[in-house]
Amino acid sequence: MSSTPPGVASVVVERLVKRFGAFTAVDGVSFGVEPGEIMGFLGPNGAGKSTIIRMLCGLLRPTSGRALVAGLDVAREPEAVRQHIGYMSQRFSLYADLTVLENLRFFGGLYGVEGREFEARSTWALEMAGLLDRKSALTSELASGWKQRLALGCAVLHRPPILFLDEPTSGVDPIARRAFWELIQQMAAMGVTVFVSTHYMDEAEYCHRIALIHRGRLVGLGAPETLRHHALRGALLELVCEPIGPALDALHAAPGVFDAAVFGSRLHVVVASAERAHAELPAQLAARGVRCTGIRTIEPSLEDVFVQQLGAREPQPGSPP
Amino acid sequence: MPASTSALPVPPAEVADAVVVEALTKRFAEVTAVDRLGFRVAPAEIFGLVGPDGAGKTTTLRMLAGVLVPDAGSASVAGCDVVREAELLKTRISYMPQRFGLYEDLTVEENIRFYADLFGTERRTREERASRLLAASAMGEFRRRLAGQLSGGMKQKLGLTCALIHTPRVLLLDEPTTGVDPVSRRDFWRILYSLVDEGVTVVISTSYLDEAERCHRLALLRGGRLLLCDTPANLKSRMRGEVVVATSPRPRAVRDALARAPGVLGALLVGTAVHLNVDDAARIPALEGALAAAGVPCDSLLRVEPTMEDLFVSAVREAEEAAP
Repeated sequence: MSSTPPGVASVVVERLVKRFGAFTAVDGVSFGVEPGEIMGFLGPNGAGKSTIIRMLCGLLRPTSGRALVAGLDVAREPEAVRQHIGYMSQRFSLYADLTVLENLRFFGGLYGVEGREFEARSTWALEMAGLLDRKSALTSELASGWKQRLALGCAVLHRPPILFLDEPTSGVDPIARRAFWELIQQMAAMGVTVFVSTHYMDEAEYCHRIALIHRGRLVGLGAPETLRHHALRGALLELVCEPIGPALDALHAAPGVFDAAVFGSRLHVVVASAERAHAELPAQLAARGVRCTGIRTIEPSLEDVFVQQLGAREPQPGSPP
Repeated sequence: MPASTSALPVPPAEVADAVVVEALTKRFAEVTAVDRLGFRVAPAEIFGLVGPDGAGKTTTLRMLAGVLVPDAGSASVAGCDVVREAELLKTRISYMPQRFGLYEDLTVEENIRFYADLFGTERRTREERASRLLAASAMGEFRRRLAGQLSGGMKQKLGLTCALIHTPRVLLLDEPTTGVDPVSRRDFWRILYSLVDEGVTVVISTSYLDEAERCHRLALLRGGRLLLCDTPANLKSRMRGEVVVATSPRPRAVRDALARAPGVLGALLVGTAVHLNVDDAARIPALEGALAAAGVPCDSLLRVEPTMEDLFVSAVREAEEAAP
């Protein structure tokens, strides 16, 4: 990434807007993505993530604003844009009743990868997926990790410089998941730009940067590390308390407590000041008949940050645009 | 049999447990989907079945729900044998399969009413319960919306509301949060914890390891077998070695420089960081030295708590080394 000349971005999005009738699905979103960057899209259902991705893929025309993908305007040259991108969603991209090789041939035909180029690319994809000796196997018979690497092979057969991954490792064995991300990171190192949309922090952690999307707007942007360390308002504590129900009630009522949630037999509590909480919370809980046997500051997860960022932005009618 | 059974202090454990699974096995043709599985779940416990697709989670839940007959072994849920007392079992449990049967052309309210009729829930209880569940899942304003027009997350929450319109002793949930965003997922878990406060036992499956940490206890499954079973905290303390995270402007160079360093069991590139599995965090100064010698810049090397994923990967490796 450090070798990338400054100012050259493989995706540029400027004040992008998409309206469906009276509903604004995407509301003035701007960002840039460098070649070789892995960019994660996080957001609630209906936040506008897939609308943005569909516009970037040239499948949906923006209402206003501009998006350049590999230097091509998505509104003016949607067909050319589609030749430059690969799209992979674990659930929809493979034909279960075709063999491994037939699936590759199908996608090759779709993208115009034929003849000697197809031979070279399909061999590369089979090698990458570890499927060289199983190319005649029915896709339905493959374990999920293999299916997913085959889907990746199909999506990048035409060497797209930009790759979109939609919850790519959902349901995959953690060991296979690590192998998959190893491949993605290799591609990124070679300059492929990768977009990942997901609900799961297991996947989000692998991104170089994360864009939080909420109600059609970009509400946060940064490296996972940065978001974890700086985006949370307050500090996160883990408490071990008995009984949990009354503990939760007491915490919600305590001053300086922003939020409290149950995590198994423990509680995660967001407080304004960790020092004050360490000094005062055990006594405040004891006054309500709750025994607190453990209290410590822990590192917030991306999910903690995400939930707080979105919670703080819940419906505020009349707020300025 | 002793005459004065009333003098015995406690009933045997198997009576008290909400779920007892022993050597449970299910084969489909040549595939053994569930392979001699055994575990117990205490009342008011949230027990997680965790593992990737194909680990046997759904097959196990279907057997516990009495809709699939085991080939061998036994299971009792809410005091009922899942094979011999399947009918009685169905009155004591609620089972939410991955695709819950919502009627897309009925409204949210009508779907709830339909399931309340099906479970024979009394009119007065159902109104109160439906309102409480809809409020807890932030769906109150969507009562009149057609189920077919709900987002994925809202459909899942409606499924849970329908499954809970009667009061089960044991709730069986198969990947209920797949496709559900983190905010809705918290709503979902808040509902589960409030049920547990009322004494309901929950067995829930998930393929996401970050979500698994919310359960009281977990069974890690792979290939139909039980890898490990314990609380999330105990599982983590059992992990071999420690996890050290290196942050650097050149993470790949860090990985290459340290992958074969003494004491490093594994090195994984994760976004802009490198996760090192190290036998002992006391090696951090030596690792810093190795990076300096190789001329690789590194901002920090910090010991962190292992994630469930770190643990799962480590457990699989150990199992494979033990039984080659």
